[in-house]
Amino acid sequence: MKHIIIFLGLLTICHTGFGQATVYPARAQNKAIAILGATIHTGTGQVIENGYITFDQGKITGIGDARVVKFNTNTYEMINAGGKHIYPGFISPVTDLGLIETSSIRATLDNSEVGNLNPHIRSIIAYNTDSKIPNTLRTNGILLAHITPQGGLISGQSSVVELDGWNWEDAAYKTDLGIHMNWPSSQISSRPNALPVEMQKENSQKAFSELERYFAEARAYSELSKPDVSNSRFNAMKGLFNNSKKLFVNAQNSKDIIAAVNFFKKMGINPVIAGAREAHLISSFLKDNNISLIINEPHALPSNENDDVYLPYKQAKMLSDAGINFAISIDGYWQQRNLPFMAGTAAAYGLSKEQALASITLNTAKILGIDKTVGSLEIGKDATLFISAGDALDMMSNDVEQAFIRGKNISLDNLHKQLFKRYSEKYEGK
Amino acid sequence: MKKTLLFCFLLAIFHQSYSQETFPVNGSFDVRPGLIAFTNATIVISADQTINNGTLLVKGQNIEAAGQNITIPKGYLVINLEGKFIYPSLIDAFTSYGLPETPRQSFNFGRREVYTSTKKGAYGWNESIRPEMSAQNIFTVDSKKAEELKKIGFGTVHSVIRDGIARGTSLVSTLSNEKENQVIINKEAAANYSFNKGTAATDYPQSLMGAIALLRQTYYDAGWYKGQKTEHNISIEEFNRQQNLPQIFEIDDMLDVLRADKVGDEFGKQYIFKAGGNEFERIKEIKATGGSFIVPLNFPKAFDVEDAAEARNISLARMKYWELAPSNPSALEKAGIKFALTGLGLEKSGDFWANLRKAIEFGLTEKQALRSLTQIPAEMLGVSDQVGTLNKGKLANFIITSSSLFQKDNIIYENWVQGKRFVANKMDVTDLRGNYAMTLSGVGQLMLKIGGTPGSYDVNIVREGADSVKAKATMVRSGDLLSLYFDLKKSPAGTIRLNGYLDSAKPVALKGDAVFADGNTGLWSASFKEPFKENAKKETPAPVLALGTVIYPFVSFGYSEAPSQETVLFKNATVWTNEKEGKLSNTDVLIEGGKIKAIGKNLNAGKAKVIDASGKHLTAGIIDEHSHIAISSGVNEGTQAVTSEVRIGDVIDSEDINIYRQLAGGVTTSHLLHGSANPIGGQSQLIKLRWGKSPEEMKFGGNDGFIKFALGENVKQSNWGDAARTRFPQTRMGVEQVYVDAFTRAKEYQTARAIKGNNVRRDLELDALVEILNNKRFITCHSYVQSEINMLMHVADSMGFKINTFTHILEGYKVADKMAAKGIAASTFSDWWAYKNEVAEAIPYNGVLMSKVGVLTAFNSDDAEMARRLNQEAGKAVKYGGMSQEDALKLVTLNPAKMMHIDNRVGSIKAGKDADLVLWSDNPLSVYAKAEKTFVDGIAYWDMEKDAGKQKELKAEEARLVAKMLEAKNKGALTQKPGVERVRLYDCETLEGSDTEEIKADALSNY
Repeated sequence: MKHIIIFLGLLTICHTGFGQATVYPARAQNKAIAILGATIHTGTGQVIENGYITFDQGKITGIGDARVVKFNTNTYEMINAGGKHIYPGFISPVTDLGLIETSSIRATLDNSEVGNLNPHIRSIIAYNTDSKIPNTLRTNGILLAHITPQGGLISGQSSVVELDGWNWEDAAYKTDLGIHMNWPSSQISSRPNALPVEMQKENSQKAFSELERYFAEARAYSELSKPDVSNSRFNAMKGLFNNSKKLFVNAQNSKDIIAAVNFFKKMGINPVIAGAREAHLISSFLKDNNISLIINEPHALPSNENDDVYLPYKQAKMLSDAGINFAISIDGYWQQRNLPFMAGTAAAYGLSKEQALASITLNTAKILGIDKTVGSLEIGKDATLFISAGDALDMMSNDVEQAFIRGKNISLDNLHKQLFKRYSEKYEGK
Repeated sequence: MKKTLLFCFLLAIFHQSYSQETFPVNGSFDVRPGLIAFTNATIVISADQTINNGTLLVKGQNIEAAGQNITIPKGYLVINLEGKFIYPSLIDAFTSYGLPETPRQSFNFGRREVYTSTKKGAYGWNESIRPEMSAQNIFTVDSKKAEELKKIGFGTVHSVIRDGIARGTSLVSTLSNEKENQVIINKEAAANYSFNKGTAATDYPQSLMGAIALLRQTYYDAGWYKGQKTEHNISIEEFNRQQNLPQIFEIDDMLDVLRADKVGDEFGKQYIFKAGGNEFERIKEIKATGGSFIVPLNFPKAFDVEDAAEARNISLARMKYWELAPSNPSALEKAGIKFALTGLGLEKSGDFWANLRKAIEFGLTEKQALRSLTQIPAEMLGVSDQVGTLNKGKLANFIITSSSLFQKDNIIYENWVQGKRFVANKMDVTDLRGNYAMTLSGVGQLMLKIGGTPGSYDVNIVREGADSVKAKATMVRSGDLLSLYFDLKKSPAGTIRLNGYLDSAKPVALKGDAVFADGNTGLWSASFKEPFKENAKKETPAPVLALGTVIYPFVSFGYSEAPSQETVLFKNATVWTNEKEGKLSNTDVLIEGGKIKAIGKNLNAGKAKVIDASGKHLTAGIIDEHSHIAISSGVNEGTQAVTSEVRIGDVIDSEDINIYRQLAGGVTTSHLLHGSANPIGGQSQLIKLRWGKSPEEMKFGGNDGFIKFALGENVKQSNWGDAARTRFPQTRMGVEQVYVDAFTRAKEYQTARAIKGNNVRRDLELDALVEILNNKRFITCHSYVQSEINMLMHVADSMGFKINTFTHILEGYKVADKMAAKGIAASTFSDWWAYKNEVAEAIPYNGVLMSKVGVLTAFNSDDAEMARRLNQEAGKAVKYGGMSQEDALKLVTLNPAKMMHIDNRVGSIKAGKDADLVLWSDNPLSVYAKAEKTFVDGIAYWDMEKDAGKQKELKAEEARLVAKMLEAKNKGALTQKPGVERVRLYDCETLEGSDTEEIKADALSNY
């Protein structure tokens, strides 16, 4: 048996080794770079036609109209990007990327801890930089991801990583920035095998009061300078009460969102609502309370038969018209490479392309609290950006040719490209 | 209470008089003549014959005579029914009266798999085929239930064992409290069926299509059994024996009626359908079955809609069903369909009359109602010589009522069953209602006002003048005795209790003694002054029924008026022809009669409607090679490794909202596949998305049949948890042998049938495989890794069959050369991977690589969401590997058409082909492209502009129904909570493809 295990282990290693061993994390930027001639989408809504962008030591040093500047080719590595597009690196919010390799194989699942109340668990230390998946995201323009645990009532703490690095310490961009929880839904199910309505209501009420108690105790605990017995869960929650940590609350229905916001308002916490399927129905409430959203993927079916068939496509536009700050997400881990097309769909159904872009760059950065350094192309910010031959929000033309994370020229190779090459080779000779 | 006991006692004595011939008697025989004459009644002999001022003679348990001017022979007990009515007692055509309750079977994830029957004895292999069950063997009289039913007018019921697919025989019994031997009037009324396997322990069938296949196979087995000598099988023998009985099929939904009827047609059987109550939703097709029906009166309750947020969960279909369900009986009547009514499914039997009257209010005629509760069920159940009308010789089963049976305030007094009386409400009780002058010792003159209804009096004591007061009194009446109490508050204060009796009946006078609050006693009396007057409570005029219309399909965005085929000229479009002409700019396309007529520049519009398509793109409709939409109750019959006998075509769900949603994404044709839970799955069905049409009308028509095969993790149950470890195969090695074995058997079967004909048992499973061997059915095989793909190609070669398509085929790029050499097509995902081990090396370049090597390649959805943007998935082929745009579009149009052998009809824009077209706002491969119009057969089933109007209509209809529900609730109607619901409301009894199973199927077996 042991032999078999060893054998399996070897196989796994071989397997992992194939493909990824040849994709290296990038070296730090050692020469200033100037990219010229591209259409630059800054992420702030601005579009610079025939623009330039320069960056050095990982930071953006200049941006503007390429026709009015000249560069010393000795100081700068010059990249001609005429006719191409430059975008800030896309940011995947709320994903278990790197926590899952293969969803059907239990051994590869590190995304959901057992138990209901796990504010102390931390996604960052399980983030697998050797996963084959992130490389397939970078090639579509996703350069940062917000690694988030799932499950239970309070799922744990999330961190933002760059999609390049030798290990999670390398990749970490902002650690333990927020706590994630799933709001106990008040939605009543009338499926044939559902509990009686009254019991369902009772259960949701019970979950609600337990939560109330839990947060009240956590807050009281946070005021103790030296508790007799240290509680790691409450320690983790301290940041929520002095606003050093964000709270992300997953809630879908209008009632649940309102309940969650009001619940945390009493605690002095302004949560970010994730999911928010019915947010467009309560936009004035959300605006009044200055709530930011990370909305579900637009590529979804309407949840009710009576809904506009395109409702999930149109929701972003409805929120934008109502003046609500939101970022767009997509479910899953490998699926994250399709994040740009979620924004594209929002643009097809009402948002301007630049608004759509912001919903996967600057808005996301703001919501995650990293907008001082990333999310848009502005002087002083990280040179985390990429060049695409075409419109990167459209699958037909998304074509990432070069990408930089903090100025590092990252590899755009991945397992898929390698297999493509390998089998192109096979058939070439025929 | 005492009275009840006394009554029971009397009944008991009465009973003994009819003890049975064969039973010994303890003591002296007490047989009474039982001769009774009911006189001066309005006798409704049947719905078509009424006798005024008639006489009904009863002798023992039978009717001796009924008519006018009948001389009453000597020795008859005469009961004068002046002013009253006699009707035949009602018949409930479908109950489980007297039968043990069937335990509800709940699906248990992770339970041991059961392949064949666990029932001991010489029975059939599948427990759900249990025709050996016979109601008469387990029937017992249930006097409590009988009383409940008699109270509301029923005298006869049909009792069915509601468990299993072939459920055995049912019986007809009266509701008399006699011994079972006495009350059963038809011991084998019908042979019964359903699609619900009930408590059967065998796993198969798990899906609706499996149930249909099993039933069909059973008919074939039964035919074969007659001529064979190898086995004794009680189940099949019983099945055969019961074929001459009426055949009753219980279903819950109108689509199931159509499905059952199709099975019946195949075997020359016309079922009587115990239906679900939503037949009005497709009355035309229901009528066409030619069947007669038993329909329920269990109309849904209104929803609580005060909470707008919660009310959003209620689909339009559920709201409309609430509104229109009471019109179902009337719809059947108007369509000229023969039907009986049943109280089955009512929450309480008391709802029966309220709901029946509601049905009448909604248009059911009283005549039909009576017929449907008497003659029709009697005929259906073979007891019309005994019950159903009041003709001579029939059982003395009749009810005595105060007025016409269907009148709102009619009272059922007595219900006679087999000549025995059951009192529902006492007859000939003096009506006490009226205003009385009352005297009470020491108190003086009062007014006693008795209102309300007999049985529920509303009593007040009024004093006028100085100490004017109005006190509510509580009165209890027991025969001619009564008691009442009240409190006048002053002079005197405190509760006064009166006892009394009816002193005289005409005019009514009451008398008795009183006990005052202080314990003193006195006397009282009251004499009738004037009749009681209803408080000017205006009879609300019968509300004019403003009902919504039936829409097709009966879900949101259904049509009240179907769109028609149009002659259309698309002007100045960019036309992606998918033909050698390629992409043509500024080009016109003319469609007429459902076909593409012409393509060219500056075409003459003639009478055509012109659509300005400048700046827009016109393509052939999208064809999804791998879809699971529009399927009812289970996409997998995953209980056996080989289930080629099941057919998706049997379970098309024309009412799936996803049909409309996909039209909105440009899809016009979908290939509905069985799931991938077993190596040889079921036969698939190609449909066109003809939104609003019936299931049969949605079938593509004239196309080759396909079947689903599957390889890899799903068929070896790798991801099914630890319980699923016994079904063969559990490895890819085993999968190979399943195919080898199945096709070996198929070949032997084919040879044997050729020689011995029908002496060889017809096997639906092998029939499908023989079709494959003969190139009459084509394989689309779910597949992932190269080893298994290679394997199946070898098996196919060695067994002599062809593989048409590998679907999913995510490692197709590794063996594309082999596939190309064999001419096998590939239908893959654009970019899915990493969700399970066998897709670890799935790459988005797969499509491009396979195409380059010469494999006919398509992209499919396997997902209701993704299907509505397959054009974008095709766009990804441009991104990953640089396919040309025109070739990329073919991945979701022409190429799937070719692999489905329908490219002579669809897939490109060419004169003569079907007018299945999509008008896009932009380059169809772009994320920015919207399907503005989608035509199928020249009919614009999707039109973005019209959809905006439909949404408005939907909102208005929703608002109207919400208002109506609020009103109903205000008027006191019972309501239900709106919940989130996945399955359709009218599945009152969950089908076997129940919730959990569907989830399981969703989660594990599709991809």
